[in-house]
Parts: sequence; structure tokens; C-alpha cells
Amino acid sequence: MADNAETSAVPDKPIQVKLVLLGEAAVGKSSIVLRFVSNEFQANKEPTIGAAFLTQKCRLEDRVLRYEIWDTAGQERFHSLAPMYYRNAQAAVVVYDVTKATSLEKAKSWVKELQRQANPNIVIALAGNKVDLVTASSAAGASGAAASNGDDDEDEADDATATPGEDAGEAENPEGLRQVPKDEAQAYATEAGLLFFETSAKTGEGIVEIFTEIAKKIPIDHILNGRGGASRSAAAGAAAADAVNLQNNAPKGKSPCSC
Amino acid sequence: MDEEYDVIVLGTGLTECILSGLLSREGKKVLHMDRNDYYGGESASLNLTQLYRKFRQGKEPPAELGRDRDYNIDLVPKFIIASGELTKILVHTDVTRYMEFKQIAGSFVFRDGKISKVPSTEMEAVKSPLMGLFEKRRAKNFFSFLQNWKDEDSTTHQGIDLDKDSMKTVYEKFGLESGTQDFIGHAMALYLDDDYITKPARPAYERILLYSKSMARYGKSPYIYPLYGLGELPQSFARLSAIYGGTYMLDKPIHEIVTDDNGKFVGVRSGDETVKAKQVIGDPSYFGAGEEGGKVRVVEEGKVVRAICVLKHPIPGTEDADSCQIVIPQKQVNRKNDIYIAAVSSTHNVAAKDVWIAIVSTIVETSVPERELAPGLQLLGTIHDKFVSISSLYTPTADGKSDNIFVTRSYDATSHFETVVDDVQDVWQRVTGKPFSELELKKADMDNVQE
Repeated sequence: MADNAETSAVPDKPIQVKLVLLGEAAVGKSSIVLRFVSNEFQANKEPTIGAAFLTQKCRLEDRVLRYEIWDTAGQERFHSLAPMYYRNAQAAVVVYDVTKATSLEKAKSWVKELQRQANPNIVIALAGNKVDLVTASSAAGASGAAASNGDDDEDEADDATATPGEDAGEAENPEGLRQVPKDEAQAYATEAGLLFFETSAKTGEGIVEIFTEIAKKIPIDHILNGRGGASRSAAAGAAAADAVNLQNNAPKGKSPCSC
Repeated sequence: MDEEYDVIVLGTGLTECILSGLLSREGKKVLHMDRNDYYGGESASLNLTQLYRKFRQGKEPPAELGRDRDYNIDLVPKFIIASGELTKILVHTDVTRYMEFKQIAGSFVFRDGKISKVPSTEMEAVKSPLMGLFEKRRAKNFFSFLQNWKDEDSTTHQGIDLDKDSMKTVYEKFGLESGTQDFIGHAMALYLDDDYITKPARPAYERILLYSKSMARYGKSPYIYPLYGLGELPQSFARLSAIYGGTYMLDKPIHEIVTDDNGKFVGVRSGDETVKAKQVIGDPSYFGAGEEGGKVRVVEEGKVVRAICVLKHPIPGTEDADSCQIVIPQKQVNRKNDIYIAAVSSTHNVAAKDVWIAIVSTIVETSVPERELAPGLQLLGTIHDKFVSISSLYTPTADGKSDNIFVTRSYDATSHFETVVDDVQDVWQRVTGKPFSELELKKADMDNVQE
């Protein structure tokens, strides 16, 4: 099992992995990352401003991955994500909201976009978020509609539609809020070759698992050998002498992965 | 689209994206739109499909050039001066995290029919084939004079006043030959013509120093270049803007700049929708560039001709450099303006393996612009394919203070981004009413790095 290796001193150099988030506005993309990186959850989180680049180490058996996590910064809203966003991404988490059927359709179109624009061997995970809204225990534990809504307001406040849980307020039958059956999403994920999880950024359910399972599936040898599209490493290996680091004046002689 | 914004930015060229990023960071509410479905406008880097769509309507790129996605071909050839103003903005806004840079492998100058490396230090000057033995000694004295100059120490001035004496006087003091003046003024100070010679010497002194300092920073040339092409620059600043709340809409046709009875900016109309804002910034193409009639907001200052050349070999005489700049000073080929060649290759992830992209450009002087490029094209060897364009250089007619309409300038013929940053600074001051130098350029605290 992997864990968040914040304290343990590991001899190995972490392997840098660029991971991009995709998904409709307000499905919980930033909340998933916040849970993973800080183990926090903010109810009624403001749209993502000022923090769209987070890193987190993830330890997996003998090696350490350092996730460099890119948030959309709202640029997905009008389909204006730049090619730069997909470039050299080795992993992607495509998020939908289990209480909103259209968000799965949107997720499917993002998967297509990734297959078109990203590395051919990118590892994609599909995450059905806000599962706390449809499970009896946590929904009952949540004191009313406002709390269950907390998982909602994500990247784009003005775009965030009312969460079904808010209006329904029927905590007795939370499964009734579910619009995407688990079987259906699982079947799609299997067919498309994606990892699949139902998650709750609010309770933490399934969050660490996404990043751990991605870590297991990443073709690390490809990255280390500089093959298979991880051109950050490739570039460093091929012509380190010509690579420049603007942050300091010295020519970059070492691998950009070392931290 | 019924919200009201502080600033609407039209076009996602580098100038607009830097301004958008900085304005968002200052807390302004920015809406940034582009009529194209890609970022970058004139400063985009195109893949083969996009390139063919732009230059060869209806034709498919040939399969032998390789994969579409391997290409990122710049429309406007420019390099980043390692110690220049753009580098400062890149570092201070932290957008460097989105990009990787490489050196440009060499800087060359054309002289008497062949090309040679540009010497930039005393040591290199001593070895350069550009000068004879005695001229080398004179050049050495000239360079050490510049490098040792201290404003406050008159013993370093050798009787020269940089603010009064012309560059001609300085050249003459050291007895430099006209060929030497040529490479110093054009390949180091990067002047496009000879007007600088009769003007006070300080700007030339500063440019030569910038060149030497940039050269010393990484070693091979004074230039750096982003992997995947220059189009990464506007994308990075657009991301900066988005991170600070900027809203992005691509593929959005702009039909009208709406003004009130006094001509003051009200909003921007796209189809039936009008978005309101206090101010608008945009590139000349959104303000009637090239169109007749109506209120004239931009005028043409001149034209640049550019030939994007696909090569299957490095440029002859550049020691097989994976990238380089070659300056052909105007006098060498009896012109008024220099010809530039900027070459990059697969090393920079802008072309398939074993393909070089060389862009030859100059300011148009005649009615047959393409022919003016001949001295540059001849240096390239066999040209596999060539895409020629002639672009007008537009400049705004008003400063925007009375109507809140701020138009940026076209990308000029210089080989670097220093004039782009000048424009950014100038527009910034007019839009915000504050000098650019007061802008908090210190590192963004947007980081939330967990180790």
C-alpha cells in the first residue's frame, strides 16, 4: 500500500508525475486534490483561485512518486484548456458527480479529448465524486441539506447549479439522489480502459486509493528511461547541457526530478 | 455573459496574455476572448494541420513530414534574451514552472559572403575570424572600455560622455573598421538599421552589455527558447490569469466594439450578446486593422515579410547547430534593414526528428518582398518547403485614456521580445494609471507545495 510520505525520509529520488484534473465545473475536482494533499475539506469552497498547482508525494513499495497536480483553473468552462495543460501528463483524474447524470457524459468527452491530445500511454482514472450524498450513513450524519451541499461549489461558483441534495432534503432515502448507477460507470470505465472509483472528497472515501492505484499503473520504467512521452526526463537526458533553469543562474546539470 | 468585468482582453497573443495575467493577479476581473480556437494569435505555434489551414487552404500536410503533433511552428520568429525583461517577468510571475527552456545553440553574423560566430567577449573577439590582428586589439580595447564603464567613476570614461557623444564618436575613438561596427551594432546591439550610429551612445552601450551578460549566463548564445515553441509563452500567462480568476473563451467571434455617444468603451458584442466592462485591451486585428472606414484606431507603420522554411538539414556553416540566429546586416547586402534567420529543430520539440524550421524575415522595402529575402534563403541550402507571409505592423492611433480602448502593437521585426515587454509596460501604465515599475513582481504566493 502506498501512503502519503510526508515525514519518512526516503533515499530514492521521487519520480515526477504530472497529473491533470478534468471534469465538469463543480463536480469536486479541487476538493479531491485538497483532500489528497492536505487531508482537508472545505464546505462551500470558493472557485479555484490562486492555487492551481499542487504537489504531493506518494510512496509505493520501493519508490516514491511526486505528483505535480494541475487544476483546470476554470479554463475548462468554455472549452478553453490550452494544449500545454495536456502536454506530458502521465496521469489524469476525470471527475463526475454521481448525483448528476450529465456530468458523466461530460467526463466521457474529456476522456476522448485526453485520448486525442495527451500521451498515448497516459493513465486515466474515472472518479464518481460526492458519493457521500447517496450513502445512508453519511447523509444521515450530515445535519441537513447545507452540509451535504458542501462538496459542491467547486471551480466555478457562477456555474454551479443547485445540488440535488439541497432541494430534496430527503435524508431517509439518499440513494434516490443518485443519477449515475455504479454499474453503469464501472462498465464504461472497463470498456474504455480506465481505473474507476466512487469517491467523496468530503469523507475522504476512495481518495487516496485513486492516487495509489494510478501510481501502480504508471509505466515508471518508461519515465525513467525517458521513453514513452515523459519528455521532461527525456529532454533532461538527451541534452541536459542545453537545458536552462531560469530560477538560478547556473546551467541545469542535474535531473529536473531531483528535489 | 451578463456579468460586468473590469477588463475585457481581446486576442491571446503574448502581449495580451501577459497583461491579462498581471491584471488578474492584481485582483481585476478579466474576461479574455479570442476568435481562434487556439491560444496565441500571431504569437502562436502551429501544428502542421493548422499551418496548412493557414497557408495552403484545402491541402493536407504531406505524410513524409511525420506526425502532426510533433510540430509547433512559430509564426513570428523571436528568441528570449536570457537576461532581458521578458525573463524577469517569467521568473517573477513563476510561470516558468509551466515551461522548460533550452539555449539557442549559436549566434552568427553574415560578413563578406559567409557567416561567422558573433564574438561577445574580449576572449572570443581575439579568436574571431571577423577581424584582423590589429583590429582585434582595437576591438579588445573597445569591449573592455564598455565592460569597465562606471557612471560614477570618470576615470573609466576615457573622455566619452555616453549621453552626449554619438556611437560614431565611440567607434572612431577606438578606430573600429566599418565591418566591425556592423557586427557590433547589428549582431550584438541588434539594431535593425544604422540610425543608432548618429544618436547618443548610451542605448547602444546598454544593448551591447545586455547581449554580453545574456551570453555569459548560459554560454552558447544570448538566447533561450521554450520547448514546444513560442506558443507556450501566451499559454502560460493565460494559465496565470485563469488561476487568478480570469475567464477564458476561445473560438468566440467579436462583432463589435460597443461605445457610448461620446465614443467611450461600453462593451464587446459577439452575436446577440454584449458583455460590458470598464476597459478593453486587444491586438490591432480586433480594432479594424486592415479594414476601411469607421473610426480609425490603428495605422500601418510598415510591413514585415517572413518565410517559414522547412529544412532536412542544419544550416550550412553553423557547425550543425540544432538552433541558431543569423543576422545579415543591411550594409552587407545593400539594404536599409537587416535580414534575420531564426532556426530551431526537433531538439526544441517544434518539428519531427531531423527537421529544422528556419524563418527568414526582414522589413519590407520594395514591391517584391519575397525577393528581398533571397540573401537569407541562399544561406539555408536545399529548402524542403516554404511558407511566405507579409504582415502589416500596426500601431494604435490613441492612448486609450479618453475612450478606455487600449490597442497593443503588432509583433515587429526584432529578433527578441524586448519591444513586446516595452509595449506591455506602456499599456499597463495607461490601463492602471500606475507605472509598471511599481508592480509587485515578487514571487507569487500561489504555491501550496507540500513536501
